[in-house]
Amino acid sequence: MVSPRGVRGRPVHAGEGGGRVLALDAPLSFWGGVDPRQGTISDPRHPNHGEDISGRVLVLPSAIGSSSSSAIMLELIREENAPAAVVMGKADAILALGVVVAEELGYRGIPIVELNGGDLETLSGAAEAHVSKDGVIELTPKT
Amino acid sequence: MAMRVVVAAADALGAPRLIGVSSAHIDGCLYHGDGGVEFAEALYKGGARVSVPTTLNVGALDLLHPGRVRSDAHATDMARRQMKAYVEMGADATFTCAPYQVGHEPGVGEQVAWGESNAIAFVNSVLGARTERYGDFLDACCAVTGRAPLYGLHLDENRRAQVVVDVTRVPQDLTRRDVFFPVLGTWLGREAGQAVVAIRGLSPTVTRDQLKALGAAAASTGAIALFHVVGVTPEAPTLSAALGLVGSDAGPPGWQTQPGAVFKDEITVDAAGLRSALDRLTTAHDADRVDAVAIGSPHSSLDELRELARLLRGRRVQVPFYVCTARATWAESEEDGTAAALRASGIDVVVDTCVVVAPVLPEAGGVLMTNSGKFAHYAPANTGYGVVYGSLEDCVATAVDGRLVRDEAMWRW
Repeated sequence: MVSPRGVRGRPVHAGEGGGRVLALDAPLSFWGGVDPRQGTISDPRHPNHGEDISGRVLVLPSAIGSSSSSAIMLELIREENAPAAVVMGKADAILALGVVVAEELGYRGIPIVELNGGDLETLSGAAEAHVSKDGVIELTPKT
Repeated sequence: MAMRVVVAAADALGAPRLIGVSSAHIDGCLYHGDGGVEFAEALYKGGARVSVPTTLNVGALDLLHPGRVRSDAHATDMARRQMKAYVEMGADATFTCAPYQVGHEPGVGEQVAWGESNAIAFVNSVLGARTERYGDFLDACCAVTGRAPLYGLHLDENRRAQVVVDVTRVPQDLTRRDVFFPVLGTWLGREAGQAVVAIRGLSPTVTRDQLKALGAAAASTGAIALFHVVGVTPEAPTLSAALGLVGSDAGPPGWQTQPGAVFKDEITVDAAGLRSALDRLTTAHDADRVDAVAIGSPHSSLDELRELARLLRGRRVQVPFYVCTARATWAESEEDGTAAALRASGIDVVVDTCVVVAPVLPEAGGVLMTNSGKFAHYAPANTGYGVVYGSLEDCVATAVDGRLVRDEAMWRW
């Protein structure tokens, strides 16, 4: 059951994780857009430039750009700078692959969930969120 | 491990089964951190070898010009180990983002597994072979297993254009210039996002290099992996063909119908849209001089190297001028004297890598001029340089004069 304060998405890569929500205003390319050593958004053209993604529930419309983004995801996980979870309006395999390989190499992965537009907006307005293995996302509203 | 990664990807994508692929292009040679080396060496030590013809994307070093890339001993060692691991797995040491320029050209309809966003756009659109957008790691695992998830652009129904892009309002003279294509691509990536598009109104004389520049820019600002150019690319002899129409196909609910065409949306390229894309490619708007020039993203073709030599006419450049290309293309340019002419003009060649993926540009920083939409897009974040976008003619004039030359008259109409 999904509680009134929860939404259900499709687990693209199943896992658990939670934290403060960081909802991005524009699509993001992890390669060229995220600094894996700092865990921050490094593309100066991105509206969320400078924000820290480490430990956050990262909500974004979609990923764009380079197919090297999976490598950045692996480095983020190795450096312990990864988001706690990634929730996307439209998922592709690129970020998920970085997580799969990190787990193959013995690191702790993160969940990636695909969520429809209305629910994505609800989540974007929440303060905190917790993603569980079946794709259910529990929300803590902003006070 | 390789098969587990391919299967995990198939699960993540919801693919019903795997298919065989006939070639792979691995975008996993570039050192981003020790994880990439760990992965490549884990594959190699586990006995993995490529099972289909496989090319390699750029690495983080110019192996033919030691010292070209500034990096500390650890990064140099790790970058070299990462490139070496894939060569030892049996991949060709091409180290280029444009494998289609060094003899790796799959045929129309061939199922392949390619990484690197510009190469994906090119192989799908210009060559008509079929790949999804493979990320680092999955492309390598597909090369080893010879399998890929049956998903996305491997399938007929996902290759039909959803959006028609009308270029007919742009002056014909502009649509024939090289400088137009990175700007159109920048606009397209932002307007169309991930859609498959059919572009109508481009001249049938459009060159491969122009389509390469278009796809690279569109795959930088958006996630364009397949574009059709009506009357030019293999799956688009006509607009109807690009839209996947047979007989009186009405298209999915909500699509528009015009005589002979059914599509979801039509967008028109206008002067304001193009100027906004053009402005976006420049961040150093007040520059009156530049500190360096870089071309070759995607890697320069032999034709582009010859054009550079022709424009230079033996004159020497006053600022560092980098041309990035494949080692194989550079070797070809040695044969007809192009390489010698470029060296005599003071051009610095970069092979196996490029200036936005490795620290090559002078450390002092400043303003970089380029004719590449992809360099213009990635340089600010990756190098710290401000950028100025211009035609190859403008890049050469600026480098020779030492002050910024830009002809923008063609963008006003």
